[in-house]
Amino acid sequence: MQRRGGWLAQAPRITLLLMVAPVLAGLAGTLAPAFGIVPMPDAPPGLAAFRQLADWPGTAEAARLSVTTGVAATVLSLAITLLVVAALQGTRAFTLLLRLLSPLLSVPHAAVALGMAFLIAPSGWIIRAFSPWATGWTAPPDLLTLNDPMGLALIAGLVAKEVPFLLLMVLAALPQTDAPRRMMVAATLGYGQTAAWAYGVLPAVYRQIRLPVYAVLAYSMTAVEMALILGPTLPHSLAVQITLWMMDPSLAQRGTAAAAALLQLGLVGAALLGWRGCEMVARRLLTCLATAGARGAQLDAVLRPAAAVLAGLVVAAVGLGLAGLAVWSLAGLWSFPDAWPDTLTLKTWTRAAPDLAEAGGMTLTLAMLATLVAVTLTLACLEAEARHGLRPTSRALWLLYLPLIVPQVAFLPGLQFLALVTAIEGTPLAVAAAHLVFVLPYVFLSLAPPYRAWDTRIATAAAALGAGPERIFWQLRLPMLLRPVLTAAAVGIAVSVGQYLPTLLIGGGRVVTLTTEAVALSSGGNRRIIGTYAILQMALPALAFAAAVALPALAFRHRRGMQVAA
Amino acid sequence: MTRRILAALAATAMIGAGIPTMAQTSPEWQAVLDEAVGQTVYFNAWGGDPKINDFIAYAGEQAMSRYGVTLEHVKLADTGDAVARVLGEQQAGRTTGGAVDLIWINGANFAAMKEKGLLHGPFAESLPNWRWVDVAGKPAVVTDFTEPTGGLESPWAMAQLVFEYDSAVLPEPPRSTGALLEWITANPGRFAYPQPPDYLGTTFLKQVLYGVMADPAILQQPMDPATYDAATAPLWAWLDAATPYLWRAGRAYPANEPALGQLLADGETVISFAFNPGRASAVIAAGELPDTVRTFVLKEGTIGNASFVAIPFNAGRMAGAQVVANLLLDPEVQARAQDPAVLGFQTVLSVAALPEADRARFEALELGVATLTPDQLGRTLLEPHASWMEKIAGDWARRYGVAQ
Repeated sequence: MQRRGGWLAQAPRITLLLMVAPVLAGLAGTLAPAFGIVPMPDAPPGLAAFRQLADWPGTAEAARLSVTTGVAATVLSLAITLLVVAALQGTRAFTLLLRLLSPLLSVPHAAVALGMAFLIAPSGWIIRAFSPWATGWTAPPDLLTLNDPMGLALIAGLVAKEVPFLLLMVLAALPQTDAPRRMMVAATLGYGQTAAWAYGVLPAVYRQIRLPVYAVLAYSMTAVEMALILGPTLPHSLAVQITLWMMDPSLAQRGTAAAAALLQLGLVGAALLGWRGCEMVARRLLTCLATAGARGAQLDAVLRPAAAVLAGLVVAAVGLGLAGLAVWSLAGLWSFPDAWPDTLTLKTWTRAAPDLAEAGGMTLTLAMLATLVAVTLTLACLEAEARHGLRPTSRALWLLYLPLIVPQVAFLPGLQFLALVTAIEGTPLAVAAAHLVFVLPYVFLSLAPPYRAWDTRIATAAAALGAGPERIFWQLRLPMLLRPVLTAAAVGIAVSVGQYLPTLLIGGGRVVTLTTEAVALSSGGNRRIIGTYAILQMALPALAFAAAVALPALAFRHRRGMQVAA
Repeated sequence: MTRRILAALAATAMIGAGIPTMAQTSPEWQAVLDEAVGQTVYFNAWGGDPKINDFIAYAGEQAMSRYGVTLEHVKLADTGDAVARVLGEQQAGRTTGGAVDLIWINGANFAAMKEKGLLHGPFAESLPNWRWVDVAGKPAVVTDFTEPTGGLESPWAMAQLVFEYDSAVLPEPPRSTGALLEWITANPGRFAYPQPPDYLGTTFLKQVLYGVMADPAILQQPMDPATYDAATAPLWAWLDAATPYLWRAGRAYPANEPALGQLLADGETVISFAFNPGRASAVIAAGELPDTVRTFVLKEGTIGNASFVAIPFNAGRMAGAQVVANLLLDPEVQARAQDPAVLGFQTVLSVAALPEADRARFEALELGVATLTPDQLGRTLLEPHASWMEKIAGDWARRYGVAQ
């Protein structure tokens, strides 16, 4: 008993180690080839790799793109999210939006990007819908709506994917901010709803969502799969170019890739610092506005519809894009400018079925493995916290976010290098372990609040009746927390299914999942096949979430106290 | 022993059926045939395409029924794996009884094996069916990416660049490099090529290079830095003139061959191209391209290359491997490979030179609405020396790859 307790008490440390060690090892593994410490065919010791990077004609532009698209996407996502919560909370539109937006959270980035690409392409659904009757176009117009050099399509895709995430984070933070009373006080002083929220609630909320915002900024600057599908190609953004160099079969570009990964890391670090600076300026501004006493009562009339329209656009972009992919997967001949295919057929599905089954099976296996380990570790951490009265420090929270903030392209090359050296590269187990690094934080973030919120008086009552901590955990806490545990598992599965870069790099191209296949196919432009992969990629997490709703309902069908409050 | 008798019986039966190519057998070849009976040949070939796998299985049935040779398809993810295996055997001192008997190979892998002395031969030109191979019309069957094959590998399929166009929009396509440029400038946004270093994109650059160069013969030599600028000046002039009128004004390029094909299917481009003369017909048959799409070639010829089979120096079943290599050149097998419903690969044989009955097999093929006949495909141009494309792809990236 004592020994087990000893192990359990170590669980938080082991978990943090599992998350932090790969990141640090990966960073070290990236540094080595960049400085030629580990000689690569084209990277002798010294700074040759950096010279190669400097010689590549697209370096400056690729770096600029990483910053502009990443910062623009983060600013827009955050602005839309805050606007929606500030202006619409409490309205019926808000409830509706939440219901529409939360399922989007589980849709993998690649699927969102593929759907968007089909919507906005010159031969896509939007232009088809207006052609030829309104536009006069009988052939797709020669417009650069996709892969535009400024990265506008990429920014739009990132915003569509990050708004649901940030919205969820804000909603999770709100209960701890005493928002209703603050709003009420502000309202009695004559402030409009948006202004009241901005002055009264935002400072408290922002403190809580700071880390998620940093994660969004780091992710947006280094997005690979979305940038491959929607982003500029002349040159690619830096993260994509690093990936292309990494995947070069001749291994001749490893040094350049490593040097570029360091550049990327520096860019993200600088952007985060810059963001921190802007936070302080924004705080000063907000204080000035507040002390000036601007009530902003008439703002609501403008901001409410604006927020509704923006949020509606996000929902429509993702929803219609995915619907378009579904239609393509069933389409026979579908010429421009028809808005609907001539014929519908299951041919694409039947032809792709063997490949889909194989990739789907691998995807599910990896997701189950990573999620099982992640949920077990998280439960161990939280239980250790409960039994031993441990409190997570803010440093621990930072470490939890480390894999989400350090750019994937900066530490995955190193991790791949280590996997190569230890000859575990290309094995599903190694890929699942890499997924764990990203699955664990999300599972923890999802499970910790309900776990901590569990009414400990139940445990006290049980202990008074003679139950030991083991029995309390297995027979009371865990069953009562079945719903959040399954939801956290579904989050884990969604995260694992969406992983592109870890699968590609650690799998060495030999571990094929729905996501790697979908992204690989996206460059080929066969929308029918892409549609099948994207639909399946979306279906797996959706099924996991459905199970997270259905199983507890089934298990608790005779327990009125465990029903979901209507 | 039983196997040997069975095979002998099979061979007799076949002669009875009157297969013309077997009519005269030299004593040397007869010795190879005798030795091959009962052997199991391990054919290491890329296994990523079910159609190709089915075709190899068919060749295996033929090898058994005609020659009593068992063909075992070792499905590779990458031809390099087999090359590495043979190299490993050489380094381990295994000079006989190697695991690889026959490899589907071309380009860099062939050059590497040839250079390291990993190949058996020359054997290709002593195969009985070699006499039907179209060496004059398809020089790529003896020159593999400028590397002379020297009989160390035997061709079995051809790929050739063909242009595709929608005849409903464009009645008469431009049939030369110069005319193509005129058409591009007159029809902005309706032509694209994949972004180099994609192989089809670089193939297009080679094609243009052939069309505009004063002396394309130097492409067969390694690139000389001293003459490079002058030699490639017409290529850059052509591209500079065309780029503003390309799809998206050259500010974005399709990623690869499927993406280029999708642009044609979407009607975004009107002229397109592929490295497979049968692609358009196959995609039309699949219902994913309008049936008004047709193909054409340029009058100066288009780039073509061949797929080969080679025998490692230490192959355990040397005779059986040669029998299979010869079988792959058999007119009946070649005609089957060319059938769009089977593979749609172009034959390496000179169809016109074949005996009447074999010619009829090719003439009977339903090529598909958009596929050119072997005669119409015209001259194939040889792949330039690899050093040219390395330099050109790099310069392309500098000039157009980071355009703003």
